[in-house]
Amino acid sequence: MLIFEHSKPGRRATAQAPFGEPAADDLPAALLRDDVPALPEVSEMQAVRHYTRLSQKNFSIDTNFYPLGSCTMKYNPRACNSLAMLPGFLARHPLAPASEGQGVLACLYELQEMLRDVTGMKAVSLTPAAGAQGEFAGVAMIRAYHQARADTARNEILVPDAAHGTNPATATMCGYKVREIPTDRNGDVDIEALRAAVGPHTAGIMLTNPSTLGVFERRIKEIAGIVHDAGGLLYYDGANLNAILGKVRPGDMGFDVIHMNLHKTFSTPHGGGGPGAGPVGVSERLQPFLPVPLVAFDGDEYRWVTEQDLPQSIGRLSAFMGNVGVLLRAYVYARLLGRDGMRRVAEFATLNANYLMKQLQNAGFDLAYPNRRATHEFIVTLKRQAREQHVTAMDFAKRLLDFGYHAPTTYFPLLVPECLLIEPTETETREELDGFVEAMKQIQEEAETNPALLHEAPHTQPVRRLDEVRAARELDVRWSNDR
Amino acid sequence: MPFVPHTEQDVRDMLGVIGVPDIETLFDEIPAALRCGELNGVPEAHSEQQVSRLMSRRAAADGEPLCFIGAGAYEHHIPAAVWQIVTRGEFYSAYTPYQAEASQGTLQLIYEFQSMMTALTAMDVSNASLYDGASALSEALLMAVRSNRKSSSRRVLMPVNVHPAYRKTAHAIVTNQDIDLVEVAYDPLGGHTALDSLKAHAGEDITALVIQQPNFFGVLEEVDELTDWAHANGALVIAVVNPVATALLKPPGRWGTEGADIVVGEGQPLGVPLSSGGPYFGFMCARQQHVRQMPGRIVGRTVDRDGRTGYTLTLQAREQHIRRSKATSNICTNQGLLVTAATIHMALLGGEGLRRVALACHANTRALVEKLGNDYIRPRFNRPYFHEAVMSSALALPRLLRPLYAHNLQPGYELAGDYPELADCLLVCATETKTEDDLNLYRDHLARVIEKQTSAGCPVQPKMA
Repeated sequence: MLIFEHSKPGRRATAQAPFGEPAADDLPAALLRDDVPALPEVSEMQAVRHYTRLSQKNFSIDTNFYPLGSCTMKYNPRACNSLAMLPGFLARHPLAPASEGQGVLACLYELQEMLRDVTGMKAVSLTPAAGAQGEFAGVAMIRAYHQARADTARNEILVPDAAHGTNPATATMCGYKVREIPTDRNGDVDIEALRAAVGPHTAGIMLTNPSTLGVFERRIKEIAGIVHDAGGLLYYDGANLNAILGKVRPGDMGFDVIHMNLHKTFSTPHGGGGPGAGPVGVSERLQPFLPVPLVAFDGDEYRWVTEQDLPQSIGRLSAFMGNVGVLLRAYVYARLLGRDGMRRVAEFATLNANYLMKQLQNAGFDLAYPNRRATHEFIVTLKRQAREQHVTAMDFAKRLLDFGYHAPTTYFPLLVPECLLIEPTETETREELDGFVEAMKQIQEEAETNPALLHEAPHTQPVRRLDEVRAARELDVRWSNDR
Repeated sequence: MPFVPHTEQDVRDMLGVIGVPDIETLFDEIPAALRCGELNGVPEAHSEQQVSRLMSRRAAADGEPLCFIGAGAYEHHIPAAVWQIVTRGEFYSAYTPYQAEASQGTLQLIYEFQSMMTALTAMDVSNASLYDGASALSEALLMAVRSNRKSSSRRVLMPVNVHPAYRKTAHAIVTNQDIDLVEVAYDPLGGHTALDSLKAHAGEDITALVIQQPNFFGVLEEVDELTDWAHANGALVIAVVNPVATALLKPPGRWGTEGADIVVGEGQPLGVPLSSGGPYFGFMCARQQHVRQMPGRIVGRTVDRDGRTGYTLTLQAREQHIRRSKATSNICTNQGLLVTAATIHMALLGGEGLRRVALACHANTRALVEKLGNDYIRPRFNRPYFHEAVMSSALALPRLLRPLYAHNLQPGYELAGDYPELADCLLVCATETKTEDDLNLYRDHLARVIEKQTSAGCPVQPKMA
């Protein structure tokens, strides 16, 4: 039932609005609304009960194992939330002078410095609101760099075929053409194809390392050399930074610009689709182009760095500073972890992934890259099951929901058929991983004996499989009371 | 080890299963020359108690001032229930609802959000949010260029009284795609966009006109005539609105004869705390015929195999994970949790509650303008305003305002940086959270400073008398 269907004319949560109804008699009638907006009319308890019940129809990290590859669904420490929501932080207006926000600016500055160190970059800007906006900032900086050198023939961005969809979409938003680079048999970038692709039109390449295939790109230095020699720059998509935190740094691999997903690696919540935060880090040559504002500290006072300080900046990506509350959560997380804790993130995420990969292999599942180490994630391919038992990766994914496990990422990367991209993260216990393996084994057995159980899954959720074709064809995207 | 649950025995057993002697071996595909040493720029771990002390001290240092700044972010009462429900783990720690069956809570909530936003703006469709108001305007500009098939100029009229940070953001985001933002001056007396200022562009190929209501100065625009002018000249209308104001003012879907085509704005006034500027959320609504050009996620209602109602992400062929370089935008993660807050906030306020908030904001700002006015301070523009107003000072503004901060009072936003011609002008805002005492306190503090600075022996004299 929708909140609108609980509605009754004249009912209100009266404690929540001002009591009076002052006249707006100075405003011309032609500019005023002639009705009351048709929002729900419910009591406070009705609203609380309705949304509490809705929350119970969600899987979440707090309630379920959520091995969603490439999304890093690790535990979101509660302290990060409560400390970011202290009244002094919440009440501060974004345009209050920096002198009236030294507390929050100190946190942001220290986060900037920590991220600089863990990525090995020269400078960091925290302002992008999410990974895709960080990507936008990164590619816009590459463009600004070439333009500042009057190197205007560079109109192409290279993207491996296994890349996240945001990479090519970002290149387009920045006015570039996209050229795909194939992946070789072992999951590495096809070096010969890359050599053939680079040239005077190459603005740069966007790479994720470890790649979306769950393996570390071993020839990264060679790739960096090829692209740099052609005059292009290297962009690092930090979606998989969790795998290498404290082990190897993008700056040391030769990248010129990177973005981080704090809602992955630094454990800020995903919130059912955001907010994220996508800080960018750059090498020295891109420093003048960083998006503003940044935070500076002169040893005495913290202040904003704006367009006046950085005249070549690509500019502003949102009205104010970006997702400050998310940055505060990441700051608390980083302080709780400390430098050793960060290294352990990569170590235990990798341990969990390799253990789970091995146990699934032992249980008879096929790996996409059986001869490679898993990084923080790995790929199982169900091509054989699709052929022999006519069950798909989607069937497995939906059946897992019945066992209380969120599905892994399915059908991404696109080049591995019937794939499950599995990322357990460092915060899961061995017992949880073993439980997942048992569920996968049982589902495999069902696939062999009673595949209908899979085809019709899920059986235990609030709804069964939804008619997505109908959703798109008979578009219904808002409630109306004349229904 | 914070948040890592492994016992030493676990580690030994797991390494045994994998068949490696130690964890380090799992990193043997990374070339040794690339490996980094200690992260010296990161401090040692702190306990939760230690970090709590630090954060409490810093939050307290930032205080809880009496704030009269608006300028795109507004202090409103937020019902206690809103954030208590929002931070339930089931909402807080869920992912984007790609697995629809396991995400019906978030999906239904977004469908309700879309329904509420279309009701508020009187538009046909809404998406599931963008990053903030400024980036939403940028996306609207790109969308207008895709949607307006009659126009090939990629020229958009952008009045100077649209929020300066929105214009800067638009510049950073859309100029990479060769979109031309043409400035339109504001009326020097009214602060609004006069129809005459558009007439120079009549007959030109214009892709869209941006109208902010109320505009950055708080002034109300003649939205009907501006909308009709744009449509008569083949341009789409992109409305930028404050969602609280929309409960009182004519909704953009009803502007002029045909209504606005795309509506965007900052969602922060709907249950989101000020928080130094974020996370907020941008909203976007549109006419039905433009839905396939919208950026971002959209939730649709459908049925499951048993015919039961359910909700799912829809029209995903617009999005980057399907369409890649041909997507309408690169946006992926949006501002889901803030949409959760706004939906619960709107359910608790209702249309009538929101209307009363808007009325109280307007009344408080009127009272503030009245109280602040004196020989030295007066309203800069002569047109009606909603819950913000530009006050012009005869005394040098920075010097006048500085002493007020010592009283824990933030007097408003100084316009000199964005509008050199409005030096010594201050944008003030009083929402429903301000009491009569608050307004009087501001008036009295300001009067005392003025008195001090203009008293005998002080060289400062008024510029206007």
